[in-house]
Order: sequence, then C-alpha cells, then structure tokens
Amino acid sequence: MTDITSLTLTQTLAALKDKKLSKEELNKAYLERIKKLNPSLNAFLFVNEDSGEIPVAIKDLISVKDMPMTCGSKILENYIPPYNATVIDRLASQGVSFCGKTNLDEFAMGSSGENSAYGPAKNPWNLVKVPGGSSSGSAVAVAADMAVFALGTDTGGSIRQPASLCGVVGLKPSYGRVSRYGAQAMASSLDQIGPITKSVADARLVLEWISGGGGHDSNCHAKPFVTLSETKGIYSSASPQNDRMLKEIKVGVPKEYFGKGLDSEVEKVIRDAIKKLGDLGAEIVEVALPHTEYAVAAYYIIMASEVSANLARYDGIRFGKNRDQFGDEAKRRIMLGTFSLSSGYYDAYFTKAARVRTLIKKDFDIAFEKCDVIVGPVSPTVAWNLGGKINDPLTMYLSDAYTIPGSLTGIPGLSVPCGFADGMPVGLQILGKHMDEETVLNVGEIYENVTDWKDKKPNMSS
Amino acid sequence: MKLSKDKVRHVAKLANLPLTSEEEEKYSEQLSKILDYTDQLSKADTEKVEPTYNVSGLTNIMAKDEVSESLPQEDATKNGTNIKDGFFVTKGVFNYE
Repeated sequence: MTDITSLTLTQTLAALKDKKLSKEELNKAYLERIKKLNPSLNAFLFVNEDSGEIPVAIKDLISVKDMPMTCGSKILENYIPPYNATVIDRLASQGVSFCGKTNLDEFAMGSSGENSAYGPAKNPWNLVKVPGGSSSGSAVAVAADMAVFALGTDTGGSIRQPASLCGVVGLKPSYGRVSRYGAQAMASSLDQIGPITKSVADARLVLEWISGGGGHDSNCHAKPFVTLSETKGIYSSASPQNDRMLKEIKVGVPKEYFGKGLDSEVEKVIRDAIKKLGDLGAEIVEVALPHTEYAVAAYYIIMASEVSANLARYDGIRFGKNRDQFGDEAKRRIMLGTFSLSSGYYDAYFTKAARVRTLIKKDFDIAFEKCDVIVGPVSPTVAWNLGGKINDPLTMYLSDAYTIPGSLTGIPGLSVPCGFADGMPVGLQILGKHMDEETVLNVGEIYENVTDWKDKKPNMSS
Repeated sequence: MKLSKDKVRHVAKLANLPLTSEEEEKYSEQLSKILDYTDQLSKADTEKVEPTYNVSGLTNIMAKDEVSESLPQEDATKNGTNIKDGFFVTKGVFNYE
C-alpha cells in the first residue's frame, strides 16, 4: 500500500480492518516520515519510537504517563508525568498509541508557536511562516502527515487558528464536553481539549472517543458526544452531485467578523465558502454580535487572571524548576493577571471583564435564535512571517479576534479548510450552539465533501 | 492605564515572580499599552449585568465520597528536586531553619 500517511483516520481504520495495511506498516511509515521531516518542521518535542497502534500526536501539555512533558517551557525541562490524562486513557482504549508530543507556545500562550522554549514549529506550506498557535506542533504534524491525527487544546483559538493556518481540520468542543484532567490548566473557565484531523469525519469520531464525564473534571458533562444514529453516515455521502443537503440549515453571518483588520483576500475566500453553503441549500441570514469589539480586551483580563492562579503551582518544590525559568509571554500574562486580581483593581478589571463576558454570551444567545450555525473567518490573515509580530504582544493578541468570542461563550467551533490566499491555507470557522457539535460537524462535513480542499497537501518533497 | 515601574515591582512581588530591572522596564511599557487597550471595556454598559464566571451550564457538581487509588509515594515525589525520606523538602516558612 502506497501513501499510507496521507490516509485519514477513518480511511486508516478501514484499511486496517480490511487487512490492506498492518499496524507495523502504519507505524513504520509514520515514524520514517517524522524522522525525515521533523528536523525542518520542529513539530515534535519528543518522538516515541515504540508506537504500535494507531499513531497519534499529543500536544505537549497533556500528560502521557512516563513520556517527558515540557509544556513548551524550560520550567518543565526534566518533568515526566506519573499518570495519564483522561483523554489519553480514552484514546488508548480505542486502539490508539502515541507517536510523540508536539511543540506549542509555552503553556499554550501564544498565537504563532514562537513562544516555545524549544524553538518554533514551522508551517509546512512555507517554512518561513508561522504555523499559528498555540497548538502549533499538533497542526503541523497533521498537515505534514506525521500523525494520523493530533490532540490540541483551545483557550482562545489555539486549535482552530493553527488548523486554519496549516490547512487542516480543528475542532474546539463545547466548554464541558471533554475532561481536562491531566492537561496543564491555562485558563480554567476557557480551556478545552479537542482534535486536529485530516477530515471532519475524523474530528467527529475522535470527539466521540474523548468526550464525556467521569474524568475528575467537574465542569465536564457526564454524557459523551454521540452522533445521532439517524444522521450517521448521511453527511459523509455528500458529493457535488448530491446538492441541497443543507436545505434545513440556517447559517448566520455576523457583519462584525468582516470589518477592519480582515485581509481582503481572506475575505474573498470566506465569502465564496459562504456562497457555497447557500448553493447547498442553506439559508444565509445576517446576524449581529454587537459586543465583539470588546471580546479581546475582556478575554485578556479573564484569561490572564486565571493563568496567574494556575501557574502559581510552579513553586519549584514538587515538580519543575524555579519561577525565574518562565518565558517572556508567561511572565507577561502572570503579571497582567495578578494586577487584574489585585486589591483595588479587582472590580474595575476582573469583574468588569466578567460582566462584559455576559454581554458577549447574550449576543450569541440572540443570534442563535435566528440561525443554527454562525460562520466567518477563523483568522483575519493567513500565516505571517516568523518574527513578524513577536515583539508586539497587542498586535499578536488581536489576531485571535474571531476565535475569542466563541471561547468566552463556551460554544463549539470548527475550522475547515476552504481555500487559499497568497498561497497559504484559509479556514472557515463554523460556530454552533452550546453542546451542538452535531450541527457544526454536519455543516463542515457536507462542505468538505463537496469541495476538494482536503485533498490539497503541502509539498514536502524538497 | 499607566503601570509604573514601582507598580510592576509590587505586582511581581504578589506573583512571586523574580524580574530583572530590564524586565521591570519592559513590562511597565508593554503592560501599560495592554491596559490602555483593555480600558475600552469601560465603554460597555454593564450596570445591570451580572458577571459570567462559568459557561459549562453545570452547578453543584459533587464527587462521590469514596476511597480510590492514588499515586504511590515514589511516583508522586519522583519529579521533586529535593526529596528526603519520601518527603518534599521546602523552605522554612518561619525562617527557623
């Protein structure tokens, strides 16, 4: 069998079942590819050569027992987790093994991958470009076919944005969908674990595998995600001949996601994708999210406050090195958060931001009365040059303007490849109602199957 | 809002974060710029708006009060840098050491 590493998860499972492929061949093919490509892409911080099942890459802030975990930080340079995260146990019970731990912005704080203490991962579509962040290595590993799929985490866009910038599928599940036990907490009211995959069908399957309670995360709903039996299989049959499949879906388009700051080439690609959804029978309706302009500001106060509390655990006693080993962005956010929570400023900053969060959430509640999903760009631009924004934190923060509102609201969001601008991939963001991944995935899967964007791969031969 | 170098030093102390003098300078400048940006939140009318701290839709989640397996002492201490007789060695809280 040729081209083993370009198979999606669902295709890989089928090939294994039909005995067209053995697990040995599968792991050999992926390991060879990792060894060939990782020196130039820096997607993996640790490679496990003993992966014997379906080889999957794990963002290096999710604990895999006895495998080193750095969180992209010098502070955890020699740390080895003594237990598995819940998602790791769940995947292992589905016949998954772990081919390596992927690069990331330190403690998942960044939008470019450049805040890693171990050097940035590179975008496989163009090695001088950032892959996005913070799940940089996970998106690169999937885009360059170095893993069947990967897990990332998304706090303000850290799954969706690198997936968009690398041309792969990324799903941030609803807040409360997946247990985070065993993942280093960044901002606890926002963090979610989710899949980065080669197809929407794969993301659906991985969500079924990893979701559900019982994993020591009291914010996680007990019931796992299960695709409705009556729709199972229907959406994967979508084809250009099989049109009007979205005729019962209302797609909301917020004008706030098409304003100042959105690159005109990216806008054109997104508008074409929305037109395609209309051609498939969806009713396109305009919706308003009037408090979008406050989202980044509210997010940075809330997130940094929670970061400062979560990173207080690094005391250099039980595990990890001393606090002077934190990188630049980690220190900046600890400072911003500590200030926002400090006496005399708490109400004006932290509580105020939490009130604005309510307004942003209400925007979505009202908008979803008129539609089933909300679509727009994931990122205002395609991948930018390495080094391009690293000295200007505020500009970097603003690159998450379209993913942050969904994070504050706790709703699911999917990035699906929908074209190219300046030769770099663009992702369509599909946001849904809380706990309604079903509709989000259905829309994404139909769109994916009637277009051929998922067949486009970066040229890694040179 | 301007965050002076003195204020930066105070916040760093609260956060138990050792900063160099250059870092104090840099964060004073960068955090002031970020706080200027976040000051736009004051334009949002939140007078009758309750704050949102959790979006899971769950309340009063209790764990069952039952004994379960936990990490063996050896595993729990293996990442510590200063372990004595199976315990973590810490700085003296009252400086009596």
